[in-house]
Amino acid sequence: MKLELDQARKVFDQVAALDGVSLSVEPGEQVALIGPSGAGKTTLFRLLNLTLRPTSGRVRLDGADAASLTDAQQQEARQRIGTIYQQHNLVGRLRVVHNVLAGNLGRWPAWKSLASLLWPDTDEALRALHQVLIADKLHERTDALSGGQQQRVAIARVLVQDPEVILADEPVSSVDPTLAAGIVALLTDISARAGKTLLVNLHSVDLALQHFPRVVGVRGGRIAFDLPPAQVGGELLSALYAGAQAA
Amino acid sequence: MRRRWTYALLFLAALAFSLREAQVDPRLLLEKQALSNLGKLLVAPQLSRQFLALMLRPALETVQISVAGILIAMAIGWPLGLWATASLRFSGILHERRTAAGRWLGGFLPYALARGLLSVFRSVPEFVWAFVFVRAVGLGPFPGVLAIGVGYGGILGKVYSEILETVDPKPLEALHAAGAGRLAIAAYGVLPQAWPNLVSYTLYRWECAIRASAILGFVGAGGLGQQLELSMRMFQFDEVLTILGILFLLVAVVDSISGRVRARVAA
Repeated sequence: MKLELDQARKVFDQVAALDGVSLSVEPGEQVALIGPSGAGKTTLFRLLNLTLRPTSGRVRLDGADAASLTDAQQQEARQRIGTIYQQHNLVGRLRVVHNVLAGNLGRWPAWKSLASLLWPDTDEALRALHQVLIADKLHERTDALSGGQQQRVAIARVLVQDPEVILADEPVSSVDPTLAAGIVALLTDISARAGKTLLVNLHSVDLALQHFPRVVGVRGGRIAFDLPPAQVGGELLSALYAGAQAA
Repeated sequence: MRRRWTYALLFLAALAFSLREAQVDPRLLLEKQALSNLGKLLVAPQLSRQFLALMLRPALETVQISVAGILIAMAIGWPLGLWATASLRFSGILHERRTAAGRWLGGFLPYALARGLLSVFRSVPEFVWAFVFVRAVGLGPFPGVLAIGVGYGGILGKVYSEILETVDPKPLEALHAAGAGRLAIAAYGVLPQAWPNLVSYTLYRWECAIRASAILGFVGAGGLGQQLELSMRMFQFDEVLTILGILFLLVAVVDSISGRVRARVAA
């Protein structure tokens, strides 16, 4: 699926979180977004995964203006875009197996969704959990897991969803640096093997420059640069983070 | 700061006005006549085996009315409560991209309808509902069941919607962004989060239903209330005390059952 933003603006309470962003991502591309917190990266993702509507400008999926889609068509398109959230956004009181299988909810008819809460297909959930190396947590309650483990559950959910595009919003902010590199490698690996588009918001500039062929700097709701990592130098980065608190 | 003083003054004025208009006068309670009248109510409860045996069926009936009533109330309150939850119908993160038609016709309209219906159900006191249903289906426990079902259905629906409204929206956003429909979002995201509160409030209402069924008996809707009314009308205060004692026991039993269920659900 090709993703495009065309002069997208998003205003919350008279403050522009995004202020005219144009960005085009081809199917299968791997892109890292970096920039200070509050730059608008999360808002950008919420436009792309059809959670928010831009105040002005366009969101295009495979060339089709999202504004022209019906509610049902939007729901169908959402199923093809998987999102991994900074705070995992899992349902803490549900067992891991149900959070993982929730990746199917866009495909399943209502009766199947309800039936799965009683008779889950544990094999399918296990296959996904194996890939993120926490298969032993299948039956645990999700809120009993550590932050890093919950992040893996969220990734397993996206594996089950099997979307064409994966958006990962600060996926490693809750894990320690050694694990962080592993999770980013896991995501790029999944994307490369299945030809899935991957967009990742990253706190860590190093990870972005090491793992991604294309790095987009976002600052103040605008795109500051959009370059291969070799061309992202110290000056660009210090301008990008100028005035921001050291993280 | 200024505003806070204004509110404080308004509150005091309302308090003074209410106390006066409601003719609140604690001294009346302490007058000799009042005390001696109260004393007449303090008699030994009627504990004859015959009377207790006579109360067995009405006591059982009271429990049966409350259980059947609360089940009907849940059947009414649950779907209407879901409909009356704004965050599931039309406002907030799940609805940012919906078309205007979907948002208003499919969202706000059912919401407003459900809210209105719930208001009607609960603004009519269950005593009046019982009165209405006794006219409709005749004397006996069934009108009591219906009265609790409708009256409490209105209350449950309203409180359910408030509980559902307060769940953390972040997991709902994730399910929605993965293409989940409204029912799936409710089942996977909303219900698990709200479950302990829903269960605990429903159990509390069950306890209230036991007490309410005592009042409903006054208009002929069965249960202990009918006996209570009879004994009160005949100034048999010893019997009244016994019936109140039985009610107290019933409520205590329900309370301990619901306490156990709550403890299991909250974990």
